[in-house]
Amino acid sequence: MLVVRIALVVLLGFNGLGLLLYAAFWAVLPQQVVTSDPPQRRDLAMLLPFGAIGLGVVLLQALVFDDSVAGTAGWLIAVVAVGAGIIWHQSDPTKRRLGGALPQQPWLAAVVAESDRRFFLFRFIGGGVLVATGIIGVVAVYAPAGSFTAVVNGVIFALVGLLGVGVVAAPLLWRMFNQLRTEREGRIREQERAELAAMIHDQVLHTLALIQRNSADIKEVQRLARGQERSLRNWLYKPTASPTERFAAALEQAAAEVEDTYAITVETVVVGDTECDERVGALVAAAREALVNAARHAGVQTVSLYAEVEEDELSVFVRDRGAGFELSGVEDSRHGVRGSIVGRMRRHGGKAEIRSAPGDGTEVRLIMSVARESVAAAKEAAR
Amino acid sequence: MSEPETNETDRRLTVFLVDDHAMFRAGVRAELGAHVDVIGEASSVAEAVSKIAAAEPDVVLLDVHMPDGGGRAVLDAMRRSHPHVRFLALSVSDAAEDVIGLIRAGARGYVTKTISPEELAAAIRRVADGDAVFSPRLAGFVLDAFASRPDVPVADPELDQLTNREREVLRLLARGYAYKEIAKELFISIKTVETHVSNVLRKLQMSNRYELSRWAADRRLV
Repeated sequence: MLVVRIALVVLLGFNGLGLLLYAAFWAVLPQQVVTSDPPQRRDLAMLLPFGAIGLGVVLLQALVFDDSVAGTAGWLIAVVAVGAGIIWHQSDPTKRRLGGALPQQPWLAAVVAESDRRFFLFRFIGGGVLVATGIIGVVAVYAPAGSFTAVVNGVIFALVGLLGVGVVAAPLLWRMFNQLRTEREGRIREQERAELAAMIHDQVLHTLALIQRNSADIKEVQRLARGQERSLRNWLYKPTASPTERFAAALEQAAAEVEDTYAITVETVVVGDTECDERVGALVAAAREALVNAARHAGVQTVSLYAEVEEDELSVFVRDRGAGFELSGVEDSRHGVRGSIVGRMRRHGGKAEIRSAPGDGTEVRLIMSVARESVAAAKEAAR
Repeated sequence: MSEPETNETDRRLTVFLVDDHAMFRAGVRAELGAHVDVIGEASSVAEAVSKIAAAEPDVVLLDVHMPDGGGRAVLDAMRRSHPHVRFLALSVSDAAEDVIGLIRAGARGYVTKTISPEELAAAIRRVADGDAVFSPRLAGFVLDAFASRPDVPVADPELDQLTNREREVLRLLARGYAYKEIAKELFISIKTVETHVSNVLRKLQMSNRYELSRWAADRRLV
């Protein structure tokens, strides 16, 4: 790279050929993209060679042709070059490379690249002024010396020129802005659609296929439909909360597991929410056990699960309208009730109460008192 | 939910179905045929508005989600001109904002589409009698929305707070109790339970509690 630059500087001697070549190469050849993050802006220091080249041209001209007119012309060309260089150089190379969205002409793309509006304006106006000055200067220099009208003409021509460029470029720019915007919107929509399509494909179509295959097995069909419904609902409505952190999410997960395992419906209603800790975890586990019992023994399709978080206690109610049982008769043989529900609640400082009668369903009431401060803190955190 | 037979002998109720799924309408029509007279159905808001005005049913079963504005639009169009027509919202969705939105627009009850035919018939009768119908989940939402928060000032205690008794009734509803069972549990009459629930419905419709207006305002789906 450096060698090329040196060669070009040498070429400068030949009537500024080097400069022209440099500018041409620079515009046409793609700059090597440094892929390491973060993508850096074009270094301001890179402007230095440009300035130096301009200066070199001037000096050379002044030396070679001792003619003042040509010398001034060289100056002005240099000014034009530097102006163009500013417009060009300050644009962000990574943005310029924004790809197919931008039109083929790199200079337009450079102007369009919206990095920082104020900066953009500054460079555009600054560059424009420099170019105009340059053109005016050239006209003034080559015109008959001392002619004021020539200078005025020059100014007018320069303005007309700029105006022309503006008129030509404006619709193009406008279209490009629009194109960019619609492109971006389209991409976002496409992304959302793809996400939705992926979800439907992974879940819904899969479930429908399974339902068709298992259509003879009513229980299985119900289980599949129920599970799919739950996951769609979650997808539509719920902000995802981790079952390991929140009480409500943990209960809902437990209910979902029981639904899936035993092909029943658990009507879950949770009022309020709190952080999970060891005791809350025990409460959820006891509730899960109660749900499992209901699913296994009650012989009904629907079980109600209601939980409420209050200032000083958490309560969970699991209720079914199923077979029910005689409490005194079976208590010893049923480890689920004794150990997993009553015992577990007692160990963690809560209590469990079971109401049941044959033919009248069963209700398990679980109550865990909590320290006031921790609930208040949890409520604060939830807010 | 409970005693569907209470008033069955009086007169068969007339019911109108509004739902954009023809399959669902056909299913409900078949299921309800034994209990009530389904006198018409509509699949869009515009169709519903004109046909309900002509048919004047006792109860309209109203789907929450429809393409052109949903049940909310039907309620807004009908409530003033036909105050005697009662609306029962019926939806697969049990998202709080849908439920509360419809109740506040004037529906007298809300049930999910998974409800059994007998329970649906009972709910229709209850709504026709001027009472309210709360699904367990709706009861849960109401408890949540009316939860006493020390930092929220109560503008109108009459509307913005639930009484202890109403709270108890709602809790039992949320626990899956039928009205009859609630009455037994609390040692009150079924009529009293119904009164409590109707009062809660009124508060739900009139109260300006922040949670309610928020839920009623942001409906994410149509």
